[in-house]
Amino acid sequence: MMQHIDVSTVLQGAVCALYSNLVTRPTGAAVRSAIEALLETRHPPIVTTIDFSGVNLLDFSCADEIVAKLLLRQTESPTVPDRFVTFRGMRDDHLDALEAVLERRALALVWEVEGRPELLGPVSDDEARHWDVVRARGPVWADMVAAELGLTLDSSVRTLDSLWRRRLVMRTDAGFTVPRATAPSPGRPS
Amino acid sequence: MTSVISVPPSLDEQTFEHVVEQLAPLAPDEKVLFDARHARWASPFGLTALLAAAQSRAERPSFAAPENADTASYWARTGFFRHAAELFELHGTIPRGRDGHESDVLLEITPVTQTDDVHAVVGRIQQKAADILHGQLKLETAATMGFGMTLSEACQNIVEHAGCGGWVAVQTYSFRKRLGRRVVVIAVCDAGIGFRRSLESSPSHRHDDRWNDARALESAVVHAVSRFRHGDAGRGQGLAGIKRFTTRWDGKLSVRSGTARIAMIPSWDEDEPMREGLAPFPGAQVQIMIPERLPGDPKPSAAAGARGRIR
Repeated sequence: MMQHIDVSTVLQGAVCALYSNLVTRPTGAAVRSAIEALLETRHPPIVTTIDFSGVNLLDFSCADEIVAKLLLRQTESPTVPDRFVTFRGMRDDHLDALEAVLERRALALVWEVEGRPELLGPVSDDEARHWDVVRARGPVWADMVAAELGLTLDSSVRTLDSLWRRRLVMRTDAGFTVPRATAPSPGRPS
Repeated sequence: MTSVISVPPSLDEQTFEHVVEQLAPLAPDEKVLFDARHARWASPFGLTALLAAAQSRAERPSFAAPENADTASYWARTGFFRHAAELFELHGTIPRGRDGHESDVLLEITPVTQTDDVHAVVGRIQQKAADILHGQLKLETAATMGFGMTLSEACQNIVEHAGCGGWVAVQTYSFRKRLGRRVVVIAVCDAGIGFRRSLESSPSHRHDDRWNDARALESAVVHAVSRFRHGDAGRGQGLAGIKRFTTRWDGKLSVRSGTARIAMIPSWDEDEPMREGLAPFPGAQVQIMIPERLPGDPKPSAAAGARGRIR
Protein backbone atom coordinates (compact mmCIF):
# COMPACT_ATOMS: atom_id res chain seq x y z
CA MET A 1 0.00 0.00 0.00
CA MET A 2 1.27 3.48 -0.85
CA GLN A 3 0.42 6.98 0.17
CA HIS A 4 1.19 10.35 -1.38
CA ILE A 5 1.42 13.46 0.82
CA ASP A 6 1.52 16.90 -0.76
CA VAL A 7 3.52 19.08 1.65
CA SER A 8 2.05 22.37 0.40
CA THR A 9 -1.47 21.07 1.08
CA VAL A 10 -0.40 19.99 4.55
CA LEU A 11 1.18 23.41 5.15
CA GLN A 12 -1.96 25.25 4.18
CA GLY A 13 -4.16 22.90 6.17
CA ALA A 14 -2.06 22.62 9.30
CA VAL A 15 -0.60 26.11 9.59
CA CYS A 16 -2.12 28.81 7.39
CA ALA A 17 -4.05 28.70 4.11
CA LEU A 18 -2.13 31.74 2.89
CA TYR A 19 1.37 30.32 3.33
CA SER A 20 3.34 28.84 0.45
CA ASN A 21 6.79 29.03 2.03
CA LEU A 22 8.14 26.45 4.41
CA VAL A 23 10.00 28.75 6.78
CA THR A 24 10.56 28.82 10.58
CA ARG A 25 10.81 25.97 13.06
CA PRO A 26 7.30 26.24 14.48
CA THR A 27 5.90 25.95 10.94
CA GLY A 28 8.10 22.95 10.23
CA ALA A 29 7.10 21.30 13.50
CA ALA A 30 3.38 21.81 12.73
CA VAL A 31 3.77 20.36 9.24
CA ARG A 32 5.74 17.39 10.57
CA SER A 33 3.08 16.69 13.19
CA ALA A 34 0.40 16.72 10.49
CA ILE A 35 2.45 14.37 8.30
CA GLU A 36 3.07 12.04 11.25
CA ALA A 37 -0.67 11.95 11.90
CA LEU A 38 -1.20 10.86 8.31
CA LEU A 39 1.49 8.20 8.72
CA GLU A 40 -0.12 6.83 11.87
CA THR A 41 -3.35 5.73 10.29
CA ARG A 42 -4.87 2.44 11.33
CA HIS A 43 -3.47 0.67 8.27
CA PRO A 44 -0.23 2.49 7.65
CA PRO A 45 1.12 2.36 4.11
CA ILE A 46 4.42 0.64 3.47
CA VAL A 47 5.74 3.48 1.32
CA THR A 48 4.73 7.10 1.76
CA THR A 49 5.93 9.73 -0.68
CA ILE A 50 6.37 13.26 0.62
CA ASP A 51 5.90 15.63 -2.32
CA PHE A 52 7.59 19.06 -2.24
CA SER A 53 6.57 20.13 -5.75
CA GLY A 54 4.05 22.69 -4.46
CA VAL A 55 6.48 24.23 -1.98
CA ASN A 56 7.92 27.59 -2.88
CA LEU A 57 10.73 28.27 -0.41
CA LEU A 58 12.22 25.82 2.10
CA ASP A 59 14.60 27.15 4.73
CA PHE A 60 17.09 25.20 6.87
CA SER A 61 14.89 25.28 9.95
CA CYS A 62 11.92 23.75 8.16
CA ALA A 63 14.09 21.24 6.31
CA ASP A 64 15.43 20.08 9.67
CA GLU A 65 12.04 20.04 11.43
CA ILE A 66 10.21 18.21 8.64
CA VAL A 67 12.60 15.99 6.73
CA ALA A 68 15.41 15.32 9.19
CA LYS A 69 13.11 14.69 12.16
CA LEU A 70 10.77 12.47 10.13
CA LEU A 71 13.76 10.40 9.03
CA LEU A 72 15.16 10.32 12.55
CA ARG A 73 11.92 8.93 13.88
CA GLN A 74 11.88 6.29 11.13
CA THR A 75 15.46 5.20 11.70
CA GLU A 76 15.44 5.35 15.50
CA SER A 77 12.11 3.60 16.02
CA PRO A 78 11.53 1.09 13.22
CA THR A 79 7.91 0.05 12.95
CA VAL A 80 6.30 -3.33 12.41
CA PRO A 81 5.45 -3.80 9.63
CA ASP A 82 8.24 -1.86 7.97
CA ARG A 83 7.37 1.59 6.74
CA PHE A 84 9.37 3.79 4.41
CA VAL A 85 9.28 7.42 3.34
CA THR A 86 10.46 8.65 -0.04
CA PHE A 87 10.55 12.16 -1.45
CA ARG A 88 9.83 13.90 -4.74
CA GLY A 89 9.37 17.34 -6.25
CA MET A 90 12.46 18.91 -4.70
CA ARG A 91 14.16 21.71 -6.64
CA ASP A 92 17.81 22.72 -6.46
CA ASP A 93 17.15 25.42 -3.88
CA HIS A 94 15.26 22.93 -1.69
CA LEU A 95 18.24 20.61 -1.97
CA ASP A 96 20.61 23.27 -0.62
CA ALA A 97 18.70 23.22 2.66
CA LEU A 98 18.05 19.48 2.66
CA GLU A 99 21.64 18.46 1.99
CA ALA A 100 22.84 20.66 4.81
CA VAL A 101 20.48 19.16 7.38
CA LEU A 102 21.07 15.58 6.21
CA GLU A 103 24.83 16.09 6.43
CA ARG A 104 24.50 17.58 9.90
CA ARG A 105 22.53 14.60 11.19
CA ALA A 106 24.26 11.91 9.08
CA LEU A 107 20.95 10.95 7.46
CA ALA A 108 20.15 9.98 3.89
CA LEU A 109 16.93 9.65 1.94
CA VAL A 110 15.54 8.20 -1.26
CA TRP A 111 14.06 10.72 -3.67
CA GLU A 112 12.73 10.57 -7.17
CA VAL A 113 14.60 12.35 -9.96
CA GLU A 114 12.87 12.17 -13.35
CA GLY A 115 11.09 8.99 -12.37
CA ARG A 116 14.19 7.26 -11.02
CA PRO A 117 15.05 6.75 -7.34
CA GLU A 118 18.25 8.43 -6.16
CA LEU A 119 20.04 8.83 -2.85
CA LEU A 120 20.48 12.19 -1.18
CA GLY A 121 22.68 12.71 1.85
CA PRO A 122 25.86 11.12 3.19
CA VAL A 123 26.36 7.42 2.48
CA SER A 124 29.58 5.42 2.49
CA ASP A 125 31.06 4.22 -0.80
CA ASP A 126 30.17 0.69 0.21
CA GLU A 127 26.56 1.63 0.92
CA ALA A 128 26.32 3.49 -2.36
CA ARG A 129 27.62 0.51 -4.40
CA HIS A 130 25.20 -1.89 -2.69
CA TRP A 131 22.30 0.53 -3.12
CA ASP A 132 23.07 0.89 -6.84
CA VAL A 133 22.91 -2.88 -7.29
CA VAL A 134 19.63 -3.13 -5.37
CA ARG A 135 18.15 -0.35 -7.49
CA ALA A 136 19.26 -2.03 -10.71
CA ARG A 137 18.45 -5.64 -9.83
CA GLY A 138 15.94 -5.49 -6.99
CA PRO A 139 14.26 -7.36 -5.55
CA VAL A 140 17.55 -9.13 -5.02
CA TRP A 141 19.09 -11.30 -2.27
CA ALA A 142 22.31 -10.50 -0.47
CA ASP A 143 24.26 -13.35 -2.08
CA MET A 144 23.54 -11.97 -5.57
CA VAL A 145 24.60 -8.47 -4.51
CA ALA A 146 27.79 -9.85 -2.98
CA ALA A 147 28.55 -11.81 -6.14
CA GLU A 148 27.99 -8.79 -8.36
CA LEU A 149 30.29 -6.63 -6.23
CA GLY A 150 32.89 -9.36 -5.67
CA LEU A 151 32.45 -9.23 -1.88
CA THR A 152 31.91 -11.83 0.82
CA LEU A 153 28.32 -12.64 1.74
CA ASP A 154 28.90 -11.50 5.34
CA SER A 155 30.14 -8.12 4.19
CA SER A 156 27.16 -7.55 1.89
CA VAL A 157 24.69 -8.72 4.53
CA ARG A 158 26.14 -6.16 6.94
CA THR A 159 25.96 -3.33 4.42
CA LEU A 160 22.42 -4.19 3.28
CA ASP A 161 21.36 -4.37 6.90
CA SER A 162 22.81 -0.91 7.45
CA LEU A 163 20.92 0.39 4.40
CA TRP A 164 17.71 -1.18 5.73
CA ARG A 165 18.23 0.39 9.18
CA ARG A 166 18.71 3.75 7.46
CA ARG A 167 15.40 3.09 5.60
CA LEU A 168 17.15 3.26 2.22
CA VAL A 169 16.24 -0.28 1.10
CA MET A 170 13.23 -2.47 1.89
CA ARG A 171 13.25 -6.13 2.84
CA THR A 172 10.55 -8.01 0.96
CA ASP A 173 9.66 -11.68 0.53
CA ALA A 174 11.52 -11.57 -2.80
CA GLY A 175 14.68 -9.88 -1.48
CA PHE A 176 15.97 -6.33 -1.07
CA THR A 177 14.44 -3.54 -3.11
CA VAL A 178 14.53 0.25 -3.22
CA PRO A 179 11.43 2.08 -1.96
CA ARG A 180 9.92 3.92 -4.88
CA ALA A 181 8.03 7.18 -4.93
CA THR A 182 4.36 7.24 -5.72
CA ALA A 183 3.01 9.84 -8.11
CA PRO A 184 0.10 12.00 -7.01
CA SER A 185 -3.28 10.94 -8.25
CA PRO A 186 -6.84 12.04 -7.56
CA GLY A 187 -8.41 10.30 -4.62
CA ARG A 188 -5.19 9.56 -2.78
CA PRO A 189 -4.87 11.13 0.65
CA SER A 190 -2.90 14.37 0.69
CA MET B 1 20.32 66.90 31.73
CA THR B 2 20.04 65.51 28.22
CA SER B 3 23.10 63.93 26.60
CA VAL B 4 23.40 64.57 22.87
CA ILE B 5 24.40 61.63 20.69
CA SER B 6 25.71 62.87 17.39
CA VAL B 7 24.58 60.73 14.45
CA PRO B 8 27.32 60.66 11.77
CA PRO B 9 26.54 62.28 8.39
CA SER B 10 26.94 58.88 6.74
CA LEU B 11 25.50 56.21 9.00
CA ASP B 12 26.44 52.64 8.25
CA GLU B 13 27.74 49.55 10.02
CA GLN B 14 31.18 51.11 10.60
CA THR B 15 30.11 54.60 11.63
CA PHE B 16 27.38 53.29 13.91
CA GLU B 17 30.28 52.50 16.27
CA HIS B 18 30.53 56.25 16.92
CA VAL B 19 26.93 56.18 18.12
CA VAL B 20 27.63 53.19 20.37
CA GLU B 21 30.77 54.82 21.80
CA GLN B 22 28.75 57.89 22.79
CA LEU B 23 25.95 55.78 24.30
CA ALA B 24 28.08 53.30 26.23
CA PRO B 25 29.11 55.55 29.15
CA LEU B 26 25.53 56.69 29.78
CA ALA B 27 23.17 55.08 32.26
CA PRO B 28 20.20 53.40 30.53
CA ASP B 29 17.75 55.79 32.16
CA GLU B 30 19.68 58.92 31.23
CA LYS B 31 17.83 61.24 28.89
CA VAL B 32 19.38 61.14 25.42
CA LEU B 33 18.89 63.10 22.21
CA PHE B 34 19.99 61.44 18.98
CA ASP B 35 20.99 64.35 16.80
CA ALA B 36 20.65 63.31 13.15
CA ARG B 37 20.17 66.86 11.80
CA HIS B 38 23.36 66.65 9.75
CA ALA B 39 22.85 63.11 8.54
CA ARG B 40 22.86 62.79 4.73
CA TRP B 41 22.78 59.05 4.21
CA ALA B 42 22.08 55.86 6.14
CA SER B 43 22.36 52.21 5.22
CA PRO B 44 19.62 49.77 6.25
CA PHE B 45 21.99 48.68 9.03
CA GLY B 46 22.29 52.26 10.25
CA LEU B 47 18.53 52.81 10.34
CA THR B 48 17.61 49.51 11.99
CA ALA B 49 20.48 49.89 14.47
CA LEU B 50 19.19 53.35 15.42
CA LEU B 51 15.85 51.76 16.29
CA ALA B 52 17.67 49.13 18.35
CA ALA B 53 19.57 51.91 20.10
CA ALA B 54 16.27 53.47 21.13
CA GLN B 55 14.99 50.05 22.19
CA SER B 56 18.00 49.73 24.51
CA ARG B 57 17.13 52.86 26.47
CA ALA B 58 15.05 52.76 29.65
CA GLU B 59 14.12 56.41 29.19
CA ARG B 60 12.37 57.31 25.91
CA PRO B 61 15.04 59.17 23.89
CA SER B 62 14.56 62.19 21.64
CA PHE B 63 15.45 62.25 17.98
CA ALA B 64 16.25 65.25 15.82
CA ALA B 65 15.43 64.37 12.22
CA PRO B 66 17.76 65.12 9.29
CA GLU B 67 17.47 68.70 8.11
CA ASN B 68 18.21 67.78 4.51
CA ALA B 69 14.82 67.32 2.88
CA ASP B 70 15.95 64.57 0.50
CA THR B 71 17.52 62.60 3.36
CA ALA B 72 14.48 62.96 5.57
CA SER B 73 12.20 62.04 2.69
CA TYR B 74 14.25 58.93 1.93
CA TRP B 75 14.29 57.83 5.57
CA ALA B 76 10.54 58.27 5.60
CA ARG B 77 10.15 56.08 2.54
CA THR B 78 12.16 53.33 4.22
CA GLY B 79 9.56 53.35 7.02
CA PHE B 80 12.08 54.62 9.57
CA PHE B 81 10.00 57.43 11.05
CA ARG B 82 6.90 55.28 11.41
CA HIS B 83 8.76 52.93 13.78
CA ALA B 84 10.86 55.71 15.29
CA ALA B 85 7.68 57.50 16.36
CA GLU B 86 6.95 54.61 18.71
CA LEU B 87 10.40 54.71 20.30
CA PHE B 88 11.60 58.33 20.18
CA GLU B 89 10.19 61.76 20.80
CA LEU B 90 10.63 63.07 17.29
CA HIS B 91 11.75 66.63 16.60
CA GLY B 92 12.16 68.51 13.34
CA THR B 93 10.32 68.13 10.07
CA ILE B 94 9.09 64.58 9.58
CA PRO B 95 7.97 63.92 6.01
CA ARG B 96 5.20 61.50 5.30
CA GLY B 97 6.50 58.28 3.78
CA ARG B 98 4.76 56.31 1.09
CA ASP B 99 5.30 52.69 1.95
CA GLY B 100 7.21 50.43 -0.38
CA HIS B 101 7.41 52.79 -3.35
CA GLU B 102 11.15 53.25 -3.33
CA SER B 103 12.62 51.21 -6.16
CA ASP B 104 15.80 50.28 -4.27
CA VAL B 105 14.03 49.45 -1.00
CA LEU B 106 13.29 45.76 -1.32
CA LEU B 107 11.86 45.62 2.14
CA GLU B 108 11.11 48.72 4.15
CA ILE B 109 12.02 48.59 7.81
CA THR B 110 9.80 45.88 9.27
CA PRO B 111 9.42 44.81 12.89
CA VAL B 112 10.04 41.14 13.66
CA THR B 113 8.71 39.74 16.91
CA GLN B 114 7.09 36.42 16.07
CA THR B 115 7.03 33.57 13.57
CA ASP B 116 4.21 35.09 11.52
CA ASP B 117 6.38 38.14 10.91
CA VAL B 118 9.01 35.94 9.28
CA HIS B 119 6.39 34.45 6.93
CA ALA B 120 5.17 37.94 6.09
CA VAL B 121 8.69 39.25 5.40
CA VAL B 122 9.63 36.32 3.17
CA GLY B 123 6.30 36.41 1.35
CA ARG B 124 6.44 40.14 0.70
CA ILE B 125 9.92 40.24 -0.67
CA GLN B 126 9.96 37.35 -3.09
CA GLN B 127 8.81 38.85 -6.37
CA LYS B 128 10.70 42.07 -5.89
CA ALA B 129 13.81 40.14 -4.84
CA ALA B 130 13.66 38.08 -8.02
CA ASP B 131 13.37 41.23 -10.14
CA ILE B 132 16.22 43.03 -8.43
CA LEU B 133 18.65 40.17 -7.77
CA HIS B 134 18.35 38.77 -11.28
CA GLY B 135 17.41 41.91 -13.19
CA GLN B 136 19.64 44.52 -11.57
CA LEU B 137 22.39 42.62 -9.79
CA LYS B 138 22.69 39.94 -12.48
CA LEU B 139 22.68 37.10 -9.95
CA GLU B 140 21.54 33.72 -11.19
CA THR B 141 17.89 32.93 -10.55
CA ALA B 142 19.00 30.33 -7.97
CA ALA B 143 20.12 33.23 -5.78
CA THR B 144 16.55 34.40 -5.24
CA MET B 145 15.50 31.38 -3.19
CA GLY B 146 18.77 31.34 -1.29
CA PHE B 147 18.22 34.99 -0.53
CA GLY B 148 14.77 34.21 0.88
CA MET B 149 16.20 31.40 3.03
CA THR B 150 18.91 33.72 4.30
CA LEU B 151 16.40 36.42 5.14
CA SER B 152 14.19 33.89 6.90
CA GLU B 153 17.00 32.50 9.03
CA ALA B 154 18.32 35.95 9.92
CA CYS B 155 14.86 37.04 11.10
CA GLN B 156 14.36 33.81 13.05
CA ASN B 157 17.42 34.67 15.12
CA ILE B 158 15.41 37.52 16.59
CA VAL B 159 12.33 35.38 17.26
CA GLU B 160 14.29 32.53 18.83
CA HIS B 161 17.14 34.27 20.60
CA ALA B 162 16.68 37.99 21.16
CA GLY B 163 14.06 37.85 23.88
CA CYS B 164 12.46 40.94 22.37
CA GLY B 165 11.51 42.22 18.94
CA GLY B 166 13.85 43.64 16.33
CA TRP B 167 13.82 45.07 12.83
CA VAL B 168 14.79 43.95 9.36
CA ALA B 169 15.35 46.00 6.22
CA VAL B 170 16.55 45.08 2.75
CA GLN B 171 17.85 47.58 0.25
CA THR B 172 20.08 47.88 -2.78
CA TYR B 173 22.54 50.69 -3.25
CA SER B 174 25.75 51.51 -5.02
CA PHE B 175 28.70 50.57 -2.82
CA ARG B 176 31.28 52.74 -4.50
CA LYS B 177 33.58 53.16 -1.49
CA ARG B 178 35.05 49.67 -1.60
CA LEU B 179 33.52 47.86 -4.49
CA GLY B 180 32.27 50.17 -7.20
CA ARG B 181 29.23 47.97 -7.69
CA ARG B 182 25.66 47.78 -6.59
CA VAL B 183 24.95 45.59 -3.60
CA VAL B 184 21.88 44.20 -1.92
CA VAL B 185 21.99 44.43 1.86
CA ILE B 186 19.98 42.68 4.54
CA ALA B 187 20.17 44.29 7.98
CA VAL B 188 18.64 42.64 11.04
CA CYS B 189 19.07 44.42 14.37
CA ASP B 190 17.75 43.99 17.87
CA ALA B 191 18.69 45.10 21.37
CA GLY B 192 17.91 41.78 23.02
CA ILE B 193 20.07 39.45 25.07
CA GLY B 194 22.77 38.95 22.43
CA PHE B 195 24.77 35.86 21.49
CA ARG B 196 26.75 35.47 24.72
CA ARG B 197 23.76 35.42 27.03
CA SER B 198 21.76 33.27 24.61
CA LEU B 199 24.50 30.61 24.58
CA GLU B 200 24.99 30.88 28.34
CA SER B 201 21.36 29.83 28.80
CA SER B 202 22.11 26.39 27.30
CA PRO B 203 22.39 23.55 29.87
CA SER B 204 25.49 22.34 28.05
CA HIS B 205 27.28 25.69 28.27
CA ARG B 206 30.65 25.53 30.03
CA HIS B 207 32.08 28.82 31.19
CA ASP B 208 35.85 29.36 31.18
CA ASP B 209 38.19 32.33 31.60
CA ARG B 210 38.25 33.03 27.88
CA TRP B 211 34.46 33.15 27.51
CA ASN B 212 33.26 36.52 26.28
CA ASP B 213 31.26 38.09 23.43
CA ALA B 214 33.94 37.29 20.86
CA ARG B 215 34.05 33.59 21.81
CA ALA B 216 30.26 33.50 21.76
CA LEU B 217 30.22 34.91 18.22
CA GLU B 218 32.90 32.41 17.16
CA SER B 219 30.86 29.56 18.61
CA ALA B 220 27.66 30.61 16.86
CA VAL B 221 28.95 31.90 13.52
CA VAL B 222 32.00 29.69 12.94
CA HIS B 223 31.04 26.51 14.81
CA ALA B 224 27.23 26.71 14.43
CA VAL B 225 26.64 26.30 18.15
CA SER B 226 23.15 27.16 19.35
CA ARG B 227 21.66 27.27 22.81
CA PHE B 228 19.18 24.67 21.53
CA ARG B 229 21.91 22.24 20.41
CA HIS B 230 21.62 20.55 23.81
CA GLY B 231 19.24 17.71 22.95
CA ASP B 232 18.72 18.78 19.34
CA ALA B 233 21.72 18.31 17.07
CA GLY B 234 19.93 19.98 14.18
CA ARG B 235 20.04 23.42 15.74
CA GLY B 236 22.48 26.12 14.75
CA GLN B 237 22.10 25.59 11.02
CA GLY B 238 20.53 28.97 10.30
CA LEU B 239 23.72 30.99 10.62
CA ALA B 240 25.65 28.22 8.87
CA GLY B 241 23.22 28.50 5.95
CA ILE B 242 23.54 32.28 5.88
CA LYS B 243 27.32 31.92 5.80
CA ARG B 244 27.12 29.41 2.96
CA PHE B 245 24.83 31.61 0.86
CA THR B 246 26.98 34.68 1.47
CA THR B 247 30.20 32.89 0.56
CA ARG B 248 28.65 31.35 -2.53
CA TRP B 249 27.75 34.75 -3.92
CA ASP B 250 31.02 36.43 -2.88
CA GLY B 251 29.22 38.42 -0.23
CA LYS B 252 30.06 39.66 3.23
CA LEU B 253 28.49 38.68 6.52
CA SER B 254 29.09 40.57 9.74
CA VAL B 255 27.57 40.05 13.15
CA ARG B 256 27.99 42.41 16.09
CA SER B 257 26.97 41.47 19.60
CA GLY B 258 27.97 42.95 22.94
CA THR B 259 31.56 44.10 22.68
CA ALA B 260 32.61 42.06 19.63
CA ARG B 261 32.03 41.87 15.91
CA ILE B 262 32.82 38.96 13.60
CA ALA B 263 32.92 39.16 9.82
CA MET B 264 33.22 36.73 6.92
CA ILE B 265 35.19 38.83 4.51
CA PRO B 266 35.28 38.46 0.71
CA SER B 267 38.36 39.32 -1.33
CA TRP B 268 36.98 42.74 -2.29
CA ASP B 269 36.84 43.96 1.31
CA GLU B 270 39.52 44.75 3.89
CA ASP B 271 37.54 44.48 7.09
CA GLU B 272 38.82 42.74 10.22
CA PRO B 273 37.58 39.16 10.79
CA MET B 274 37.14 39.77 14.52
CA ARG B 275 37.00 42.97 16.53
CA GLU B 276 36.99 42.73 20.30
CA GLY B 277 36.78 45.31 23.04
CA LEU B 278 34.20 47.45 21.24
CA ALA B 279 31.93 49.73 23.22
CA PRO B 280 29.14 47.53 24.58
CA PHE B 281 25.80 47.46 22.79
CA PRO B 282 23.03 45.00 23.63
CA GLY B 283 21.49 42.43 21.30
CA ALA B 284 22.68 41.33 17.89
CA GLN B 285 23.18 43.30 14.71
CA VAL B 286 23.59 41.37 11.49
CA GLN B 287 24.46 42.63 8.02
CA ILE B 288 24.56 40.53 4.86
CA MET B 289 25.88 42.19 1.72
CA ILE B 290 25.73 40.54 -1.71
CA PRO B 291 27.42 42.33 -4.63
CA GLU B 292 26.29 42.71 -8.22
CA ARG B 293 27.83 40.22 -10.62
CA LEU B 294 29.62 41.48 -13.70
CA PRO B 295 30.55 39.67 -16.91
CA GLY B 296 33.79 37.79 -16.36
CA ASP B 297 33.22 37.20 -12.64
CA PRO B 298 34.10 33.63 -11.61
CA LYS B 299 31.13 31.29 -11.33
CA PRO B 300 29.59 31.09 -7.88
CA SER B 301 30.92 28.28 -5.73
CA ALA B 302 28.78 25.14 -5.69
CA ALA B 303 26.11 24.67 -3.10
CA ALA B 304 27.21 22.76 -0.04
CA GLY B 305 27.18 19.03 -0.44
CA ALA B 306 26.33 19.15 -4.14
CA ARG B 307 28.80 16.34 -4.70
CA GLY B 308 26.39 13.81 -3.20
CA ARG B 309 23.21 15.10 -4.82
CA ILE B 310 22.91 12.63 -7.67
CA ARG B 311 25.60 10.07 -7.65
